[in-house]
Amino acid sequence: MSSKDHRTEIVQSIHSKSIKSISGDKFFKALVIGASIYALIMVALVFYALTEGSLPILFKEGLHFIFGTDWNPVEGREAFGALPYIIGTLVSSAIAMTIAVPISIGIAIFVNELVPGKIGTVLSFIVELLAAVPSIVYGLWALFVFRFWLRDYIEMPLHNSFGNLSVFGQTPFGLDVFTAGIVLAIMIIPIISAVSREVIKSVPHSQKEAAYALGATRWEMVRTAILPYGKSGLLGASFLGLGRAIGETILVTMIIGNAVGLSAIPMSLFSPSQTLSSIIANEFNEASGDLHLSALIGLGLVLFVITFFINIIAVFIVSKVTKSNSNLRE
Amino acid sequence: MTCISNLKKIGVSLLALSILIPLVINSANSAYAQQKVTINGAGATFPFPLIDTWRVEYQKVNPNVNINYASIGSGGGIKQFLEKTVDFGATDAPLSKTDFAKAVNPVHIPETIGSVVLSYNLPGVTTPLKLSGPVIADIFLGKITKWDDPKIKQLNPNVTLPSNPITVVHRSDGSGTTFVFTNYLSKISPEWSSKVGSSTSVQWPTGIGAPGNEGVSASITGSPYSIGYVELAYALTSKMNYATLQNKAGNFVIPSIESTMAAVSASASTLPKGTDPWTSVSLTDAPGKNSYPIASFTYIILYKELSTNPSIDAQKAKSIVSFLSWAITDGQKFSKPLGYVPLPPAVVKIDQQTLSALTFKGSPISTK
Repeated sequence: MSSKDHRTEIVQSIHSKSIKSISGDKFFKALVIGASIYALIMVALVFYALTEGSLPILFKEGLHFIFGTDWNPVEGREAFGALPYIIGTLVSSAIAMTIAVPISIGIAIFVNELVPGKIGTVLSFIVELLAAVPSIVYGLWALFVFRFWLRDYIEMPLHNSFGNLSVFGQTPFGLDVFTAGIVLAIMIIPIISAVSREVIKSVPHSQKEAAYALGATRWEMVRTAILPYGKSGLLGASFLGLGRAIGETILVTMIIGNAVGLSAIPMSLFSPSQTLSSIIANEFNEASGDLHLSALIGLGLVLFVITFFINIIAVFIVSKVTKSNSNLRE
Repeated sequence: MTCISNLKKIGVSLLALSILIPLVINSANSAYAQQKVTINGAGATFPFPLIDTWRVEYQKVNPNVNINYASIGSGGGIKQFLEKTVDFGATDAPLSKTDFAKAVNPVHIPETIGSVVLSYNLPGVTTPLKLSGPVIADIFLGKITKWDDPKIKQLNPNVTLPSNPITVVHRSDGSGTTFVFTNYLSKISPEWSSKVGSSTSVQWPTGIGAPGNEGVSASITGSPYSIGYVELAYALTSKMNYATLQNKAGNFVIPSIESTMAAVSASASTLPKGTDPWTSVSLTDAPGKNSYPIASFTYIILYKELSTNPSIDAQKAKSIVSFLSWAITDGQKFSKPLGYVPLPPAVVKIDQQTLSALTFKGSPISTK
């Protein structure tokens, strides 16, 4: 092989490499754009399919489909209103969030600040194991074990001592919004705490050291350095959990008591209720009337819109918090 | 160079092989497949264990026929039947007027019978509770709220009833069991009929909903002072207390395979032909002194002219008819061990007439 040949070979290889890298860039760009377009198209298609499927019921019931409380699939007397299930969804998720958010952030702070190192890693690993448990397992456990425990040791005492308050008014049965909320909380704690842990980990040491240098105790350091710095991340983590809680189906179906129509609006913590996704899961298989089917798809649309708005609110709050944070830092 | 051309040669021969091999296998397959028939069905979950047993047992009778049954629920079964994506549908409730009109000449073939029992959890009460239709309706309407209500006491004078509130448990999922139960309540109570009505899922005035027979049974066994309804087959295999019910003749009858069969036999003379609409057929509140009042058929649905469904050819038509003829006669011996009620002879006769009325492209189907 002559030296000239060798040189051309090198030039060629560089040339072909640069061509390759250009086409690689293009390819990568196309791939990324394609992926995001794909996601957008999927969302648009879901929205289209839901809207199209729910047109018959929207034409029949109009706004009454959102604010009505009747749910009657009997042929000849169809009437469908989503309000009880909207309320059921929001109430059960609210209970779950009230319990899960403080506990999750507590776990995250504990793991990062109080027991850093091996114990913290082991502990967070155990908490994250909870995220790997399928929701139907939580559901079965709640149905066969947990609800009796909850009824006998928490609900009954509450009902007996505060029964004249309407919140604890109904005789507890163990299958109600309260149980659903608590089990949902257990289910979303690993998600919220895992994300919160990363958020808290990313708080710069300088912030914490500064707080300590000013004579802050550990709690004061958490309150003045970690929480304000990580606010937007912690909010984001919570909304991630909320999204999971709102859409959860099979677990809720097993323990929420599945009331229908007006009686599905929970009048107390111990009332049976129903969520948008649970009634879809309950009735979709056997829905034979066209209106009934359309009403169930309509509930899917309502759920879609609710989730959509919650996400918008989340983005809005997070951006606001981030802005005020950066103002603080300046 | 030689290396590349060698590779090419190998590539070409591989390509040729990959085309040839499936061709050979396919032609062998199609020669073999001429006797193999797969019948696809979908529908009600209630008869699934029985149909699945038939699938296995029928292989011994005719090894060339495969039965494929997807238990997706009656609603789905009717839908797929109307869309002609399955060879037969199965449903717990007969076709509604709208669906009967939508399908072109459908036929109903009752293939087995189920009944619904009232199951309860009453600590301290050991004798079977006696209930009547109107009392059950009042409990499920939320009008009778305590166990020691005078109306329940009147039926059970020798039982000391607690004064605890009654917790009503019903199915939360759409179900044929709910259809039968609400059909019975609608017949027996004008108030139920006007306020709630009958369907696979209804607007329950009170109570807690649990998914499936298992869900209802778990809710009842776990909670004292509750009452709900489950399928007979389910109640027989699980250790649940169930009520004796007052029938049309005024007798209190224990739910069992025999008392359900008595109800069906008593109603057999009023049944329509398989080709007529069955919308109004109901075995609930049947006459006869031993008849259990909450019973129901579950149906296989077919087109009278089998070629209405383009996926059915002459051979498949023949196989469907042979299979069903076997299922309603010899196949019935598998019902009892599974907790199903076998068809009485009068109903088998109606089914046989329906099967012999089926046609393929206008001509009757011989199963010989």
